Amino acid sequence: MGLFILRRVGVMILTALCLTFIVFWLTNLYPNLEKLAKTQGNFRMSDEAVTSYLTNRGYTQSLPVKYGQWLGVLPGYVIEGSDGETRSRCEEGKTFCGIIQGDWGYSTVFQDEVSTIVAKRLGVTGFLMLWVMIVMVPGALIIGVLAGMREGSGTDRSLSTVSILSTATPEYVSGVILIALLGTKAVIDWDTVPFKGSATSAIDDPNFWNMFLPVITIALYGMGYIARMTRASMTEVMTAQYIRTARLKGVSFPKIVMRHALRNALIAPFTVIMLQFPWLLNGVVIVETLFQYKGFGFALVNAASNNDIELLLGVSIVSVFVVLITQLISDIGYVFLNPRIRIS
Amino acid sequence: MEALTWTGSLGTILNPILSIAVLLLAISVVVQIVLSFFAPAITLQSNADGTLMKRGGALGMFEQATKLFFFAALAIVVVYIVGGIILPYGMLGIVGAMSKQFAPVWIALFLTFLASIMFKRRLGLYGKLFDSVIGMIGFGLVMFWVFTAIFAGLFDLIATHDPLSQISGLKNKLPGVALPEGSEGKAPHYLLGGDNLARDIFSRMVYGSTIVIAIAPMATIFAFMVGITLGLPAGYYGGRLDTILSFLANLILAFPVILLFYLLVTPEIVATGIPSFMAAFLFVFPIVFFGVLLNSRYYTQPTKRTPMLILVLGALGWLYLSMISQTGTVLDFLPPAVDLFDIAPGILVVFVSVVFVNSPTVFRIVRGLALDLRTRDYVAAAQTRGEGAWYVMLWEILPNARGPLIVDFCLRIGYTTILLGTLGFFGLGLPPESPDWGSTINEGRKLLLVFVHPPLPPAIALLSLVLGLNLLADGLREESLKD
Repeated sequence: MGLFILRRVGVMILTALCLTFIVFWLTNLYPNLEKLAKTQGNFRMSDEAVTSYLTNRGYTQSLPVKYGQWLGVLPGYVIEGSDGETRSRCEEGKTFCGIIQGDWGYSTVFQDEVSTIVAKRLGVTGFLMLWVMIVMVPGALIIGVLAGMREGSGTDRSLSTVSILSTATPEYVSGVILIALLGTKAVIDWDTVPFKGSATSAIDDPNFWNMFLPVITIALYGMGYIARMTRASMTEVMTAQYIRTARLKGVSFPKIVMRHALRNALIAPFTVIMLQFPWLLNGVVIVETLFQYKGFGFALVNAASNNDIELLLGVSIVSVFVVLITQLISDIGYVFLNPRIRIS
Repeated sequence: MEALTWTGSLGTILNPILSIAVLLLAISVVVQIVLSFFAPAITLQSNADGTLMKRGGALGMFEQATKLFFFAALAIVVVYIVGGIILPYGMLGIVGAMSKQFAPVWIALFLTFLASIMFKRRLGLYGKLFDSVIGMIGFGLVMFWVFTAIFAGLFDLIATHDPLSQISGLKNKLPGVALPEGSEGKAPHYLLGGDNLARDIFSRMVYGSTIVIAIAPMATIFAFMVGITLGLPAGYYGGRLDTILSFLANLILAFPVILLFYLLVTPEIVATGIPSFMAAFLFVFPIVFFGVLLNSRYYTQPTKRTPMLILVLGALGWLYLSMISQTGTVLDFLPPAVDLFDIAPGILVVFVSVVFVNSPTVFRIVRGLALDLRTRDYVAAAQTRGEGAWYVMLWEILPNARGPLIVDFCLRIGYTTILLGTLGFFGLGLPPESPDWGSTINEGRKLLLVFVHPPLPPAIALLSLVLGLNLLADGLREESLKD
């Protein structure tokens, strides 16, 4: 078990290094840097001016060197610029300053330290995710168990259709439809509109009325998938020998479902729920853009569309780690929960 | 001209009936779900005279009722559609007028279903699809959009206006608004209203389908070619090859999709030519696939193989070269006389990124299937006969993996449609005036709290297509498991 975890962690770190290197390479391509120089300096810069601007700030060093400095394993540059000024990557007295040392750089869009932005935004988005989980997981499990306990029945068919419908509705579709129905007076003639179609105010004052639509929008898309997995697992359990034995003993149907089947049927969905996190991350970006909820996803979109290289790198490293860590937890959790694998 | 209402004069009779049927359907479904937890299951009872009887009880009754109400609602919807085609323009309002515009699609759908149901016993898995209601609904939805795309894209039917032309005075106007005097179009109204640039929303939705229907299945086919060509050897050989390829696939899968899109599709990155090089790399796989497929089977008969390979590889190679050689990008080497076609620059980038995102998942599925199937007896038999590794993979393992692959293919087209919509939603890749559904939703959502009608039609269109594909996949899975 220990060796297994150790190997998984090793692969995870290797993956993280590869991914951050790819992101670093793509964001540090020359056209991006040129755009950065022009937005930071001025738009009518000549090519020479751009080159000297970039050289003075260490952008023209070779890619592995830059990556090493950004990571914090190579000493930061100290360059005497063509304009006579000496610039260094690190503050006075420090040689190494990168992600590892906690120096995440400075965001050009939000005019703030990347680490403070990322930390604050993650908290806001974490709150949204928490509510999504609270709504999505029990909802999906109930639908899945109800559908799976009598395979092929009318209930199964109607609930399966509902879960197919929810997996077929991406967030930008369900969000638009939900806002039109519940957030405006255009489709249904409300006396007062029940929910807020914008979640901007939810940052300072989150309440039921402004958080409901974003939460439901994200939860709906993931719900169907988890429900289908739960259903598959439940139908498998319901055909098991011990369920038949319980039936033959005369145990009532609700009791069979609650006591005998449920616990065994919930092992498989655990992995699925953990693997939903990367999907949720996508959903979060779409929903935060649609509802103007200024969280992590909103920062990602802003950083990417405004060529804010340092913030984009910070955001990507966090999202890559979220994905990898959930994968790790789901692997380990599956082994841990499943007695057949745990004991062998 | 007066503005159209939603269902016109006939709607006053039909609408209440439809709403009652739908309400009853909803009630019976909910009651059925609640009952299923308490009521005894439906069982079969054998009678003394040798017949079987369904013992339904309350649950069975509601199941029958659900079926009845469902067909009642469906029948009323058919009345709307047929009425729209037959009755004069405007009698059934916007719904009728739209149904009239879609008339070629309805006819094509009717003929397809008629022919398929008549010959369903002779059509293999496709024919079996018509045994399941879910599968038929899914197939109907998918074919609706396929026919719409064909008729709109090739024959210029269905749409009432040009998707790009603007008519002044119709900016953000509600559905059914009449055109001002002197303006032209195949219908005297903007059936679904005008968008924020005074363009016809209905026509844009119709033309949007041509883009989606053209890109999504093609991109999925390419993703499958890449996934199969790499996944089969990874699963069949295992070992170090498998480790390396799986690591790479997981690497791409760990990337948040939206971040990847933002990194690949921005104009700066396109200018460096990275998408062009990726296209050059990814589009090689179909050539490799077909080359190996034919060679592994016919290499013992060189007289047959050589002309076949020359023909296929020549044609594919030419297509490949004209596909990757685009004027105005880094890869522009074919003279215009030889270059068969140029794809619009935005579309190629979108296409490549969608293929790139989808291939690792296909790879994992194919690898898993190959890993499972390589232990079968027919594989051992082929190995004993002395068949080559690629023959075993492509002619023994692949045909036997087709069931799950076909199901996944349908699901994946749906997922690709969602990805295309996501790209459009963030305004990436395709030009902003493009009528594809994602871009139109993106345009419409900016004023969503003021005008809800512009983004709703493309949103519902996208939803119905993806839903159709998912239902189709579900029906196929169910029917293929029955054997």
